[in-house]
Amino acid sequence: MKRFFLGDLAGPRMTAAKVGAFLIATLNDSAAHAAAPLNYLTGHGVRSRPIATLTWALMIISVVVVVIIVALLLAGLRRGHGFSAPAPGTQMPVARPPGGASWIYVGVGISTLVLFVMTVWTVVTLAHVANPPRTDDALRIEVTGHQWWWEVRYLSPDVSREFITSNEIHIPLKRTVEVDLRGADVIHSFWVPALSGKTDVIPGQANRTWIEADKPGVYRGQCGEYCGEQHAHMGFEVIASTPEEFEKWWNSQLEAQPNASSELAEAQNTFIAKCGICHTVRGTRAGGHLGPDLTHLISRRAIGAALLPNTRGHRSAWIADPQHLKPGNYMPRLELSGPELNAVSTYLDTLN
Amino acid sequence: MTTTELDRVPELAPRDYASPLASKLERLWATKPGLIGWLASVDHKEIGLRYIVTAFVFLLVGGVEALIFRIQLAWPNQHLLTPSQYDQLFSMHGATMILWYAFPVLTGFSVYLQPLVLGTRDMAMPRLNAFTYWVYLFSGLYLYVGLALGSAPNAGWFNYVPYASRPYNPGLNIDFYALANILLGVSTTLGSLNFVVTILHQRAPGMSINRMPILSWGTLTISVGNLFAMPSVTLAFFLLWLDRQFGTHFYSPPSGQPLLWQHLFWMWGHPWVYVIVLPALSMVSEALPVLCRRPLVGYTAVALATVLTMVLGFGVWLHHMFATGLPNIALAFFSAVSLFIVIPSAVSNFAWLATIWTGRPIFNTAFLFFVGFIIVFVIGGVSGFMTGSVPADWQLTDTYFVVAHLHYVLIGWNLFAVMGASYFWFPKMFGRMLDERLGRWNFWLMFIGFNVGFFPMHITGLLGMPRRIYTYPDGMGWDTLNLIITIGSYIMAAGMLLFVVNVFYGLKRGVIAGPNPWDAATLEWSTPSPPPPYNFVVIPTLASRTPLWEERLNEGPYRSQLSEGTPLDHGKEVLGTSSLDAQPNVILRMPEDSIVPLLLALVLTLLFAGLIVKAWWLVIACLAVGLALQLAWLWPRVELRERRP
Repeated sequence: MKRFFLGDLAGPRMTAAKVGAFLIATLNDSAAHAAAPLNYLTGHGVRSRPIATLTWALMIISVVVVVIIVALLLAGLRRGHGFSAPAPGTQMPVARPPGGASWIYVGVGISTLVLFVMTVWTVVTLAHVANPPRTDDALRIEVTGHQWWWEVRYLSPDVSREFITSNEIHIPLKRTVEVDLRGADVIHSFWVPALSGKTDVIPGQANRTWIEADKPGVYRGQCGEYCGEQHAHMGFEVIASTPEEFEKWWNSQLEAQPNASSELAEAQNTFIAKCGICHTVRGTRAGGHLGPDLTHLISRRAIGAALLPNTRGHRSAWIADPQHLKPGNYMPRLELSGPELNAVSTYLDTLN
Repeated sequence: MTTTELDRVPELAPRDYASPLASKLERLWATKPGLIGWLASVDHKEIGLRYIVTAFVFLLVGGVEALIFRIQLAWPNQHLLTPSQYDQLFSMHGATMILWYAFPVLTGFSVYLQPLVLGTRDMAMPRLNAFTYWVYLFSGLYLYVGLALGSAPNAGWFNYVPYASRPYNPGLNIDFYALANILLGVSTTLGSLNFVVTILHQRAPGMSINRMPILSWGTLTISVGNLFAMPSVTLAFFLLWLDRQFGTHFYSPPSGQPLLWQHLFWMWGHPWVYVIVLPALSMVSEALPVLCRRPLVGYTAVALATVLTMVLGFGVWLHHMFATGLPNIALAFFSAVSLFIVIPSAVSNFAWLATIWTGRPIFNTAFLFFVGFIIVFVIGGVSGFMTGSVPADWQLTDTYFVVAHLHYVLIGWNLFAVMGASYFWFPKMFGRMLDERLGRWNFWLMFIGFNVGFFPMHITGLLGMPRRIYTYPDGMGWDTLNLIITIGSYIMAAGMLLFVVNVFYGLKRGVIAGPNPWDAATLEWSTPSPPPPYNFVVIPTLASRTPLWEERLNEGPYRSQLSEGTPLDHGKEVLGTSSLDAQPNVILRMPEDSIVPLLLALVLTLLFAGLIVKAWWLVIACLAVGLALQLAWLWPRVELRERRP
């Protein structure tokens, strides 16, 4: 009976080992990020890298501790002293063998040492990554969390160069980006796993975090604090590119949309009438602030806060019934007629 | 209950459960027959079982809630549940498990076992004991009335503002949750007071504080902890209710602070985590040595570790708030305490390992559950160690890693211990054994199901899956793992179902247990199974921690006296003893059964029903009736020696 018992215990342990090996293989792979865009076991910037290292160290220690304790436990069961349960009420031998206390001294002693080392490591890492490096060169942006999308304002000493966009943050490579976090409604949490851990976005409280990327790429971000029905779909993307490309992007974002040409005038008017109360398109009479700024909508990769790829089909589907794709969000069903829907879609196609 | 001086020299009688003395005690202490008798019972064993059964029902209900939403999460982009239904289900699941199962089930074991292991006949305040049970039951029903009306809490069990405040959550959902919690808090606080008084003043003579079972250390520690922790959460929910219904601004900016909620909540919430595991740990420390045929290794260290965990538990609440933008110096301090709180847990862990290594284990179902418990305990411990480190926690927090951690802690540290304890103490409670074959299936299904169901959550968490999302896109690396998780949760549920089957089988067909089926060492095993209403026909006198093993351990010159003691049969009497040395100093008169606790609990619940619909006439009527009932309850009575005849 005992043999059966031990054999069964080994089962789940083997599975855990296999999963562990699989995990390590996957995550050291450079493709891991594509396979799991929100994973944070590989850092992609000066802030996230020490955190990833610390996390791995904690994880390895944890696995070692579990293996040691389980091994000690199984060895203790296997020592051959055990017996199967006799009939209820049978008197069984009782003794107080010596030597038990040394387990506590040794076990707690080693644990304390490990905990002390990890506390020091924690505090050193904290000191290293909590605040951004002191530099005059930092880019500053302001991110506001809304139910359930992100508003992004690029700040500049030259006020004429400031602008607002949404759900997509472009950053220059190897430059510190300080992010001021503003809460519009409930608590959200700003999180780009590849670049930095979470910092909560709290109404009435000025929180600040920072990110920095050292490889070009698209890094997925996500709201990290439960904020209501569409918490699941409150994503965003951070796009890191060379300083030149970034500068070019900024300049293009500054441009207002020209008044529509005559063949598009009808479409533009429909857009302004149906959408302009909530959305802004700079250069037109659409100046609402309840929803995301749409000035350069077509330049973005996704719609609906990283919900869907930004294609004409998805845009039309969204406008036709936003409550179907993202139930509970604050964009109402507009009950547009076929021609109206077509007009709005056609106009949106021009917002490059 | 009243206190008089030791007004007579207690007479002595032999221990004989078939004597006329036993029949007399039976008449004095037994619950009266009939429905009214049953409702009026103040017998701690009766009330303890009601607590345990009610808590298990909540466990099953909370489990079914999880099984429903696990289907939604098994595959990406599922729409079985709407976001709003999903949010209510996961909030109800958390609230049910943490508040209406995890603590009450331990309270049930404590209410049942404490008077027995202490060698007394009832809790210090028997009617209050009945009252706390009824209030607990009604608070749970109150919450579920909310669910039935479609107004279940939907902001998660920790219910952060401003999402839980009225502008963003206009229904009655959060009001049900707030008021149910205040109601439950009444029960928890009064129950804790009752334990403190019972354990400090009703231990059998000779059971000095250093001879008290570890089981009592666990209950005493968390009861004192509750007295300090509960005001915080009650205040938090009360202020929230004022904010929501009367336009105050405790939590809303600019005049109020959303973080005030988090501080008040977690100042209770983290101690609460220890409150709902320490008694479970102490049940393992009590039962495991019996099954290893030796006394627990390191009794003093384990007792002190229990107390130390509770004390440190009051200094770690900020680790739930590492990402809220607090000053770095505070983060560093709370991070260090959060890591070092591992030390007292390590003490218990190595004490159990040493007990197994130096003992001779009996491989039965209870023991299997304790072994499973230790494995899960360690995994839950190390994942807590990982989240205790601030920079790592900035990534780990609010992902499925934390979901994995908290389930390893709550299921592992609480449920596995409770399962083992159920197999261990069921024979005492019902006089019959649970079936071992079914038990093994029960254990393996639960252990394998649990690990298959919850271990992969660590990985989905590390792969960035946020908690509390009602669905997720494909291509995130979470698909396969989530399917495995769902399968595991159903395997575990099957195991749980077998336990229910085993309980019904055991009640009818179980092997007769006899007074001491495990040949255990402590006082509860010296009475018949199930124990008579008066527990002990004569009050025992203690000389060691292991009274039933003294002859065999042969330690020290003194022996406990169990075969003879004072019968205390001049009414419903128990012995009051001093807090440290347990020297007898008073004979206490205990009250008769009474329907008043039930009535008062009903009136209190009705008052809370009045609050939620703002029916002020009802509230005032309930206050008046409640006052009258309290007068009836507290009216000085001759038989309790509260006034002269």
